[in-house]
Amino acid sequence: MTITLDHYLVVAALLFTIGGFGIILNRRNVIVILMSMELMLLAVNINFIAFSQYLNDLVGQVFALFVLTVAAAEAAIGLAILVSYYRNRGDIQVDDMATMRG
Amino acid sequence: MLHFYIPDLKLILPEIIITVTALLILMVGSFKKNTYPSFLRRLSHYAIIGFILALGVLVFQHHPGEKWVTFEGQIIQDDYIYFAKILVLSASAGVLAISVPSMLKDQILSFEYPALILLATVGMLLMIGANDFLSLFVGLEMQSLSLYILAALNRDQVASSEAALKYFILGALATTFYLYGVSLGYGFSGTTSFESLVALIRVESVEVLPISLFIALVFIVASFSFKVSAVPFHMWTPDVYQGCPLAITAYIAAAPKVAAMIIFLRLMVIPFMLLYGEWQSIIVFVSLASMILGAFAALRQTDLKRLLAYSTIGQMGYVLMGVAAGNDEGVQSVFVYLTIYLVMIIGTFGCLLCLRGKAFSGVQKIEDLSGISILHPKIAFILAIFMFSLAGIPPLAGFFAKFYVFKAAISAGLFSLAIVGVLTSVVATYYYIKIVKVMYFDDIPMTPSISYGEAIILSPEKIVILNLCAIFILFFFAFPNPVLELAQQAALALPN
Repeated sequence: MTITLDHYLVVAALLFTIGGFGIILNRRNVIVILMSMELMLLAVNINFIAFSQYLNDLVGQVFALFVLTVAAAEAAIGLAILVSYYRNRGDIQVDDMATMRG
Repeated sequence: MLHFYIPDLKLILPEIIITVTALLILMVGSFKKNTYPSFLRRLSHYAIIGFILALGVLVFQHHPGEKWVTFEGQIIQDDYIYFAKILVLSASAGVLAISVPSMLKDQILSFEYPALILLATVGMLLMIGANDFLSLFVGLEMQSLSLYILAALNRDQVASSEAALKYFILGALATTFYLYGVSLGYGFSGTTSFESLVALIRVESVEVLPISLFIALVFIVASFSFKVSAVPFHMWTPDVYQGCPLAITAYIAAAPKVAAMIIFLRLMVIPFMLLYGEWQSIIVFVSLASMILGAFAALRQTDLKRLLAYSTIGQMGYVLMGVAAGNDEGVQSVFVYLTIYLVMIIGTFGCLLCLRGKAFSGVQKIEDLSGISILHPKIAFILAIFMFSLAGIPPLAGFFAKFYVFKAAISAGLFSLAIVGVLTSVVATYYYIKIVKVMYFDDIPMTPSISYGEAIILSPEKIVILNLCAIFILFFFAFPNPVLELAQQAALALPN
């Protein structure tokens, strides 16, 4: 069996969905949310690289590099915000993030 | 032999000026290591000077009707983008000017604050001037990352860091949606440039386009609905508005909303124009839902910032009405609305930022405003003007903003939108007028914790900005032409 473009796309779509559910259904830990976000970004990268190979075009790979770079910056900022939240609050449970309602 | 193409840097001079100002401020700030209020204030003044310089260069370089593309087709400028850049630059400068005194008072002003505002503005300028999904992505991320940090600026408060965390998580989710949509669009077209996508959609007829393109469209619309806080993706807005320091809320409500809305409209009208039938129905729904939720959810709010958040959601619903129209008139009405929206938001937050007292850290609840008509009649009067304008009472500018949007919707045949828009604006009038009523007719609270002694914090630039905003709102009906003409040129710059 040869691996075609469709296989890659299905894997990417699955990863993207798993990451999405990880963010929505997760009620415990904020770190898990950050990991789910990385999963979704990697799914996007798989999409870009698969298309880039399929179309024989370099733009997709360049885009994937940009996504990787920005994802690193985003993770750094996310963790920094998380640290400041932890200092104020003492824990990082998702359920506790509800001081504001209305 | 490789030939390197060196892009014309003269064309992106405004962006360069702002970046250099930001880097200078960061450098001076970290070398001097002092946190005297006068020093921080001086740095903010440098940032404002940077904005004015960039604005000047932008205006002097631009000739009406001119269009150029640079950086291998990544960045573009025409009349549409020119007007948008003016809006974003003046909004950022305005918010910076009104926010510095009260942030000093709250002791959350650091030298990073002006630098972050400058960097967020560069991101917005790049985002508006993008001609490719790649440069749009970089600009979008640059502004969002700066905004996440700004939201977390008040590090010692749970509410602020919780708001920042929520903003970050949902914002990053919206970015992944955008990226997934773009990757599918790239798979369809083999390019990420807006123009090639237009060409490809034109070649085939709309019926035989692959389903992936429609999925891409839905994902991109979803991510930008998030950025402009339109309804199915609005959940973050009230929390972030409430949790952040008031000055940061003002910034989040002003410039990024405008930048996101403008690039949203541009995406719909340029790359996806031929899919008009498809995206129009989505945007009509989003606009209806935003207007209705913005009007009704705000009714039961007691927190002033939360109320303003729902008010923003409603206002974005009205702007999306112009986007849904999608024609020249719609584009023009979007620009007019956004201009007036910016002035109203900066004015409203400018008034609220003035109010501080002993043991009273800024306005939180609506009742906090009671009695300011006696203690501070000028501020109360100006705030009342902005409230009437937000409610859309003629002859204030807010009325004309809504009027043009309704007109565009009717001319595009979207009667249901226009009718719902008028009805929800009636509902929304209730809570805007309620604020005026609290200011003018409620008794001054007797609780000693809220004392308005020395409540006003002003600075010369803040007075100038507040007066300019009030004059603009009051006299727009007499001199609407400069704004209308710029908006018309912007609309004509789009291909049809």
